[in-house]
Amino acid sequence: MQNFTVHQGVVATLDRANVDTDQIIPKQFLKRIERTGFGQFLFFDWRFLEDGETENPEFELNRINVKGASILLTRQNFGSGSSREHAVWALDDYGFRAVIAPSFADIFFNNCFKNGVLPIALSEEDVEELFQRAEKGNPYQLTVDLENQVITDGQGFERSFEVDESRRHNMLHGLDDIAQTLLHEEKITAFEEARG
Amino acid sequence: MSDASSTAPSQAGATSQSTGSRTLLDKIWDQHLVHAPESGPAIIYIDLHLVHEVTSPQAFEGLRINNRPVRRPERTIATPDHNVPTSDRSLPIADPISRKQIETLRENCKEFGVQLFDIDDVRQGIVHVIGPENGYTQPGMTIVCGDSHTATHGAFGSLAFGIGTSEVEHVLATQTLLQFKPKTFELRVDGELARGVTAKDMILYLIGQIGTAGGTGYVLEFTGDAVRNLTMEERMTVCNMSIEAGARAGMIAPDQTTFDYLRGRPECPADFDAAVEAWKKLPSDPGAAYDRSNVYKGSDIRPQVTWGTNPGQVCSVDSVVPSPGDSTDVNVQKSTASALQYMDLKAGTPITEIEINRVFIGSCTNARIEDLRAAAAVIKGHHCSEKVNAMIVPGSGRVKLQAEEEGLHKIFTDAGFDWREAGCSMCLAMNPDKLAPGERCASTSNRNFEGRQGKGGRTHLVSPAMAAAAAINGHFVDIRDWDYR
Repeated sequence: MQNFTVHQGVVATLDRANVDTDQIIPKQFLKRIERTGFGQFLFFDWRFLEDGETENPEFELNRINVKGASILLTRQNFGSGSSREHAVWALDDYGFRAVIAPSFADIFFNNCFKNGVLPIALSEEDVEELFQRAEKGNPYQLTVDLENQVITDGQGFERSFEVDESRRHNMLHGLDDIAQTLLHEEKITAFEEARG
Repeated sequence: MSDASSTAPSQAGATSQSTGSRTLLDKIWDQHLVHAPESGPAIIYIDLHLVHEVTSPQAFEGLRINNRPVRRPERTIATPDHNVPTSDRSLPIADPISRKQIETLRENCKEFGVQLFDIDDVRQGIVHVIGPENGYTQPGMTIVCGDSHTATHGAFGSLAFGIGTSEVEHVLATQTLLQFKPKTFELRVDGELARGVTAKDMILYLIGQIGTAGGTGYVLEFTGDAVRNLTMEERMTVCNMSIEAGARAGMIAPDQTTFDYLRGRPECPADFDAAVEAWKKLPSDPGAAYDRSNVYKGSDIRPQVTWGTNPGQVCSVDSVVPSPGDSTDVNVQKSTASALQYMDLKAGTPITEIEINRVFIGSCTNARIEDLRAAAAVIKGHHCSEKVNAMIVPGSGRVKLQAEEEGLHKIFTDAGFDWREAGCSMCLAMNPDKLAPGERCASTSNRNFEGRQGKGGRTHLVSPAMAAAAAINGHFVDIRDWDYR
């Protein structure tokens, strides 16, 4: 897994609540058997017009000042619905390293940590303030520091954020969960033997 | 971030209170703890892992890259369901990418020694239908699958939840998962459901009450007389949609209804009576504390229809499409307006005046034999509206056989419904079964997201009986007034 220490990048806003994983990566792209190459399909039905090729000029990610964005700012319950990890693969492959929202859906939140994409929950008020600042920025940049658990824009916005310590540790060092768990393999074996 | 994160973990391994009274979740959790560190996630053992073609190829590939075996192939079963055609099974799959995905599952199962119920096996079907019907799903188990509707299995008093592909690989490699212990949220429904009101209406109503993120960070436990009186198949419908309320899982304590359903199923324990004695100890102890509890009256629930683009945007069939102005919350106003636009609905329209042109009866929510019987009871003696294209997709090969033995398929086909092979089908429209842009569907599935059943398609979630009645009339009708023949 790619590690995450400090990341500075352009912020793209998606001013919608309850964005489900069907929107993040529509089902017609789930037939691939690889983990890579999903970025081109990210938000496909919103991002492209009927022909599936022309960018929809009204969609937020197609705005000229968010090209190359790597931090997504959005509203509550982001990533709801289907468990498809393809949603995180698509965000990652498109170039997003962090997603900021007031809250996340459970499975999506877990999936992010498995892929080095950092989901950051801030209060509704802080997210609203970031939306307002992003509106004025051209482009608007944030620095996400996982080591110190701080987000800053260098222009007066600075907030700390929380993340579970074990997840933080694994993200900072890019550690693989399976290898970590297998350090406890004798406990798994003992558990299986005790149950018979 | 206080409670805003999706996890809000409580201490791994802790019971909900100090008195020693434990909830159903506490008991299952404690029985499956392999390792409980001071902080961070616990390692819990997984009893049953269900695998399908869409979320597993990258996980098997990960095993190959790291030269790891499947630790417990005998605790793993696989079937293709999401991406299979529901037309003639003797023909090859037309779409080469879909065919490749299903062939990949076949090859992976062979290479790693995992049992596969392939496309020509009567046991093939939607993972959440075949687990219970073959008796793999049992009370007290931990069950996972790379599919969010794994919550279905909680109907048996198991802890069952959906996982991502990285976690699929983790379970294949270690037969365990890293988990923070979720909090518990009791949803109690007292009294009785009125005639014509089903388990589907109950869960849609509850999601409407708590919202699509109301259960985030929790396992829901459904209690109360109205839940106790449900059959196993109805309980599966309720638990299935727990994820639509944002919950990790939904559960219902096992009781005689559970044991009666399981007795005689092929994969149940040989000493069934001894198993029942152990299962009887699982229900929450008297006085066990839930982190949250809400109480509802069964008699308040009427047949439900979703009008928007998430399952929480739902109302009773005898009401009208809401207006953005009904709420004072700006975010709710915005999402209502956006949903009405996508759904091409006008605020104030009576639900029974909404005309539909497609009907889908199927999915892991409502494609079991009782669902098909409920649809058949409505359809018998009637005919599908000429302007409606209606399809019925059984949840498994066994459900299909059973329905045909009972003659239900004759009722469907005589009434102009399309009777198909088992699979997920138009619940997510990965296979050729999908809505065309602008088509409007009464669907017994679980998600009404934009484009879920086909780009530009519009989905209204309802019970099987309500879907059948809508097919016959070409618009929604209140099933409580139905002319059963």
